[in-house]
Amino acid sequence: MDIRKVKKLIELLEESNISEIEIVEGEEAVRISRHSTTAPATVYQQQPAYQQAPTPAAAPTPAASEAPAATGHQVKSPMVGTFYRSPAPGESAFVEVGKTVKKGDTICIIEAMKMMNQIEADKDGVIEAILVEDGEPVEFDQPLVLLA
Amino acid sequence: MLEKVVIANRGEIALRILRACRELGIKTVAVHSKADKDLMHVRLADEAVCIGPAASTQSYLNIPAIIAACEVTDATAIHPGYGFLAENADFAEQVEQSGFIFIGPKAETIRIMGDKVAAIAAMKKSGVPTVPGSDGPLSDNSDEILAMARKIGLPVIIKAAAGGGGRGMRVVHSEAALLNAVHVTKAEAGAAFGDSTVYMEKFLENPRHVEIQILADGQGNAVHLYDRDCSLQRRHQKVIEEAPAPSLDEEARRKVLIACVDASKAINYRGAGTFEFLYENGEFYFIEMNTRVQVEHPITEMVTGVDIVKEQLMIASGQPLRLRQENIQVMGHAFECRINAEDPETFMPSPGKISMYHAPGGLGVRMDSHIYSGYSVPPFYDSLIGKLITWGADREAALTRMRGALDELLVEGIKTNTELHKRLVRDSHFEQGGVNIHYLEKMLSI
Repeated sequence: MDIRKVKKLIELLEESNISEIEIVEGEEAVRISRHSTTAPATVYQQQPAYQQAPTPAAAPTPAASEAPAATGHQVKSPMVGTFYRSPAPGESAFVEVGKTVKKGDTICIIEAMKMMNQIEADKDGVIEAILVEDGEPVEFDQPLVLLA
Repeated sequence: MLEKVVIANRGEIALRILRACRELGIKTVAVHSKADKDLMHVRLADEAVCIGPAASTQSYLNIPAIIAACEVTDATAIHPGYGFLAENADFAEQVEQSGFIFIGPKAETIRIMGDKVAAIAAMKKSGVPTVPGSDGPLSDNSDEILAMARKIGLPVIIKAAAGGGGRGMRVVHSEAALLNAVHVTKAEAGAAFGDSTVYMEKFLENPRHVEIQILADGQGNAVHLYDRDCSLQRRHQKVIEEAPAPSLDEEARRKVLIACVDASKAINYRGAGTFEFLYENGEFYFIEMNTRVQVEHPITEMVTGVDIVKEQLMIASGQPLRLRQENIQVMGHAFECRINAEDPETFMPSPGKISMYHAPGGLGVRMDSHIYSGYSVPPFYDSLIGKLITWGADREAALTRMRGALDELLVEGIKTNTELHKRLVRDSHFEQGGVNIHYLEKMLSI
């Protein structure tokens, strides 16, 4: 990373009320934070030694940046499989955003090994967000919907 | 070649499988428990799927979860590693029925070899020498049990047909203890394996554990990769292994190598397999066959130059064996020390965070491990954290190299058995070679 860029970042930090700033550019990263006990700017280069190759589109692992701010209760997947919003293709979805559900209501289907498993809401609430697209793979403990 | 493989295991063997896949251009899917998301191979794999919570029964032993992961990632094949579901015939069957390739033998082969009584019968048919024994399930009749013990000659060992790997066995030294031992072993077997069938064998007092590695392609071709000596054991768990086995009767060795290859062909074996023997007074006695890749496979790789995991992948992709027996030689000698996260005195597992890890290196030094500085060894699985392997031009050179390598190895933050290994590789009897399977326990109890 260009030392001039780093100097600019340090100036930015000092002139503002920000206490910490982190910039990631490809495989390089710089974090500058203001500590009262040490020198005003600490700069270090982060080498992501164990970084995975860019996650391919088909990978079911949810990237951290896609996780929405966790307001509300996450209903998590109890199994690995394919997520479906409706009981069968063409039929209407079990739930939509805004729908009120009671504990035990079916909110989706997860299919694995040719078996359809109905996934139930584990709490009463209102559907705030549906976190998985219809037909997408899900893994164990992956958040499916947000309940307010 | 296989397009995409699900690695249905964890720890060092999962990393080993990933490396072989990578070299063959095979895409990898790491299925893991919640506790294992920071495993080395999970970070390196092309895709990762969390299949369950930490508990093995709900993750690495969870057949529907693993097969579902194959479905959602559109995988071609599953490599089961060792342990977990590697020798579960039902799993192999369900994998194949679900349209995936199981990297290993056919379910039927696993089933036969998993039934120790049936395995012995199959081996006898092929001319593999077996331990004198009941050659079949032990009768329930007290008189017949006693007659069998007299025929074989005390001491005898009662073994569960569905057991193996040191589990479900009991030694009997006197006729007075015989019937009770049979009843208790049967009860334990019923509880542990769901099958209370037991058989009886002559108990060999001072045998060595010598095993033969084979590779077969399921298309009529099979080769052996010579032998390994795994006599240094504690409670039936191997601690140090070496290849080849030192000072064997050459004629007996030659015959048993041929018998193992013949037997592999006779049962139309497919994949990597190991024939385990007890060796005493210049004779081999078959005890069981392991239908998977073994923990200690690296020492065979070091002395033969054959990449066993790659061979497994190639065989599973339908390729006939390209190896020819006449081209496989043993060069030099190799040792493997199993590094466990355990208390050196009590042998209790010692999970926790590894604050500093440094692996030894240099010519002829190989460290197969998934750990890294900052990695936390979870408490839910076995304690094996690495295998330190050394090769040398002869046994003495390989052992000297192991001493140096153990001195360089650094694992801080948790307890390991490294100090025990340092003692063992300096032990005068071990240095001579040829110690039997009771040696380590005797040495530790002093």
